[in-house]
Amino acid sequence: MNLLSYLILIPLLTAVAALVMRSAAQVKVVSLLGAFVQLGMAIYTLFSYNAERQAGNKAQMLFQNTMAWFPTLGINYHVGIDGISLAMILLTALVVVAGILVSWSITTLTKEFFFLLTLLSLGAYGFFISLDLFTLFFFLEVAVIPKFLLIGIWGSGKKEYSAMKLALMLMAGSALVLIGLLCLYYNTNVSGAHTFDLLLISQQHISITAQRFIFPLMFVGFGVFTALFPFHTWAPDGHSSAPTAASMFLAGISMKLGGYGCLRVATYLMPEAAHEYSWIIITLSTIAIIYGAFATLMQNDLKYINAYSSVSHCGFVIFGIGMLTQTAITGAVMQMVSHGLMTALFFGAIGMIYERTHTRMVAQLGGLLKTIPFIITVFVLAGLCSLGLPGLSGFVAEMTVFMGAWQRTGTFNHLATILACASIVVTAVYILRATGASVMGPIKNPEFTKFADARWNEKLASAVLLIGILVIGIAPFWLNSLISPDTQLIMDHLTKTVALH
Amino acid sequence: MGIDLFMYMRSEMSLTAIIFILLAFKIFSNDEKPVVQMALVNILLLANLVLGLWATGDATLFNGMYQTNATLVLQKTVLNIGTLLVSLMAFDWLKNHKHLLEFYILLLTTLLGMDFMISSGNFLMFFLGLELSSIPLAAMVNLDLEKRKSAEGAMKMILSSAFASAITLFGISILYGTTGTLNFTQMKPLITGSELQLLAFIFIFVGFAFKLSSVPFHLWTADVYEGAPVPVTSYLSVISKGAIVFIFITVLYNLFASLQSTWTNMLYLSIVLTITVGNLFAMRQNNLKRFLAFSSIAQVGYILLGISSGSALGISSAIFFLLVYTFSNLGAFGVIAVVSAHTGKEAISDYKGFYATNPWLSWVLTICLFSLAGIPPTAGFFGKMFLLTAGAAKGNWALIIIAAMNMVISLYYYLRVVRAIFMEKNEQPIAPVKGSNTLKLALAICVVGVVVLGFAGNLFQHINTIIAK
Repeated sequence: MNLLSYLILIPLLTAVAALVMRSAAQVKVVSLLGAFVQLGMAIYTLFSYNAERQAGNKAQMLFQNTMAWFPTLGINYHVGIDGISLAMILLTALVVVAGILVSWSITTLTKEFFFLLTLLSLGAYGFFISLDLFTLFFFLEVAVIPKFLLIGIWGSGKKEYSAMKLALMLMAGSALVLIGLLCLYYNTNVSGAHTFDLLLISQQHISITAQRFIFPLMFVGFGVFTALFPFHTWAPDGHSSAPTAASMFLAGISMKLGGYGCLRVATYLMPEAAHEYSWIIITLSTIAIIYGAFATLMQNDLKYINAYSSVSHCGFVIFGIGMLTQTAITGAVMQMVSHGLMTALFFGAIGMIYERTHTRMVAQLGGLLKTIPFIITVFVLAGLCSLGLPGLSGFVAEMTVFMGAWQRTGTFNHLATILACASIVVTAVYILRATGASVMGPIKNPEFTKFADARWNEKLASAVLLIGILVIGIAPFWLNSLISPDTQLIMDHLTKTVALH
Repeated sequence: MGIDLFMYMRSEMSLTAIIFILLAFKIFSNDEKPVVQMALVNILLLANLVLGLWATGDATLFNGMYQTNATLVLQKTVLNIGTLLVSLMAFDWLKNHKHLLEFYILLLTTLLGMDFMISSGNFLMFFLGLELSSIPLAAMVNLDLEKRKSAEGAMKMILSSAFASAITLFGISILYGTTGTLNFTQMKPLITGSELQLLAFIFIFVGFAFKLSSVPFHLWTADVYEGAPVPVTSYLSVISKGAIVFIFITVLYNLFASLQSTWTNMLYLSIVLTITVGNLFAMRQNNLKRFLAFSSIAQVGYILLGISSGSALGISSAIFFLLVYTFSNLGAFGVIAVVSAHTGKEAISDYKGFYATNPWLSWVLTICLFSLAGIPPTAGFFGKMFLLTAGAAKGNWALIIIAAMNMVISLYYYLRVVRAIFMEKNEQPIAPVKGSNTLKLALAICVVGVVVLGFAGNLFQHINTIIAK
């Protein structure tokens, strides 16, 4: 059996095993075990991948496997990975482990909760390894409904509204992707037949008129997933209503599906349209970056703060892709990984605080550093990563995006880069203000002194994510060497095709 | 010839045999327990289904009156599966019903009519089958004799049905006037698209649109669905509709092939109206049966979208979708049927907090609704994808955009039900419902079908090979 198919099989088996377990404790243990096995599998894949590359395997996608699914329509189960997908898989595996660990205290409908979490991760893994657009779309949609149920059943606040809004907006996004997909399909011709295969389509010459129609559909469709302005409105409500683990999955994994789709499908397959429309993408993402940052300034709820800052941070992903230089795209991928880890950690820490204080309002918190030092340290570290402190992953990723963006010539692009850079100041303001007000100063509420600090599961969850953040922050060249050959390939493809016409 | 005739017409023959067995049963020994009677019927239906799987060659019988081929046999199999499931699900409702055998006799008569209609090679046979399948249906709608709504529904059904039949018949008579024949094969080369023939075609199209309840000929649907007993509603919405779709495909693709550009445009108009209006009305319903009535109207729009492609893929995707739709819609109706039979509750607001009391039924209903909404990994996703892929072949992107965006609207109302089941609080939720084992079996088949069919790539491939012949 193919190496990559295990990445789908393990979550599937975990989900089924969780369903047949009897007690809540068994369900948790099985889910955690499944997540760890999957993490091990992801790391094993990383080593095998590196070994293959060192052995001189120059193929664009490694570990490819094709099985006919619906041959009449040219639909195959076709998987394969390059460095970019591998980075996303590692990110997913880390966030899943952490997400399951922080959910240890779930008491209502435990079985359903862990089943849905695992199903959500299954969708993400499948999405990242798919090389067939139909399969990719299938997995993209698999990941939508678990979110609806997770938020609606276990969420807080106006959860039903948020769940419905999220499901409908994401579904509208995937409907746009679907239209683009069908149009792309009918514009391909591989010896007389149409194809959904990503690698085959990339060798086709999709006419520029078709690209002008398909590209916006695809880019906006995937953009909805990654909270592209003005389609970001599901994100703050969804994130803040979701239970902790669902927020972590949503911001850490699910938003990355969109960024990955924008890069791998929209930009890679339709380079000319990407080039033509890049000014629109840059404009929208710059707005998202700045608007997200200023909107965060106005929030009082910790989860809303992180949710709006996610809009801003995911703006960098789109911004990097829209700039169409190799460094910027590398930066965008790094930002996806970095933001995924950082935001999961942030939401995890907020969840731990909320579990104890039962409030997330900044004004009602205060002095927590004295009572729950471990959780607060994690919280502050996540915040510092978010504002781009050197030594943590956020700095590396955003720096790369800016450097790459500056390489793109033109006053407009430079102006956009300067504006995007300037948003970092705002980020610093809101992060420092929020963390300062909630963790420093005198203890506001006598109840706070009774809190117990992090339990084993919470410590482990934080450690898993922190390791990722620190590794990227201190040794960015590892991640860089993993993804930059593939972003270079994408870039070569882009310049070749755009120059051709 | 003798034995061959039986083999070619085995579907019709076996149904007729079953009807006579039941009649004899009714006359000679009516004091058997209902459980025994139903077990007998279900075994006979299963035998009928298995017999239908037998592969035989193509044939045209009785001077072109009756035709059969692998595609038609496949279509009949889909209907047989659906009928068996309806029969299993009707158990909880029928076991206390004094007209049990009458229900089955009427049910099987309509199925017989549908089989003849699908196999018809002549307008006379077609019309015979159509009437045989619609008049007993009205009686079935009225089977809850004491309910006024049932009677109202039956009345609406028979009137609109008669109206639709009359229009179809008018169209057929004009066609006969212009071509001098009723035989499909003889008539086909004579269809030139003259004005009179176009008028006739429009009449026939409208007749079909009535039966399919596609907008603007859908007005009877909701009232009939609401009035009828739930098993009858499910039969109406799945099997009866499926049969009409199948013969519609034959008539359009075969007989009216020369008018393709005309019917493609008519279908486009019909699709846009059907999907949009069906969805918009479904959003506002509170009665689950009415809700599913409008949702099934919208689903028909998607089937028509696949058919509008005019290609072999259109046929295969429509058949595949109907198979999936059979499982998903019957699964949803099965849950509603058992809840309605035990508690009499049918409103969406009654289902608030349903998950706390009936977790299994909740999951069945949810999975089936997701399949209807086209959410992966359920089979409904694949069904919708294939229909859209087939429909997109013509490159009519405005239509595809409308259809795809309507999928989002439909998701809203399906999720409304899911939200009520899982998320909303209720002071008096529906008490735990204990369905019979027969019903549980039927629901299990539906769920397995909904979950597995999408991954069975071979099945879709098989359907394609049969149609390509």
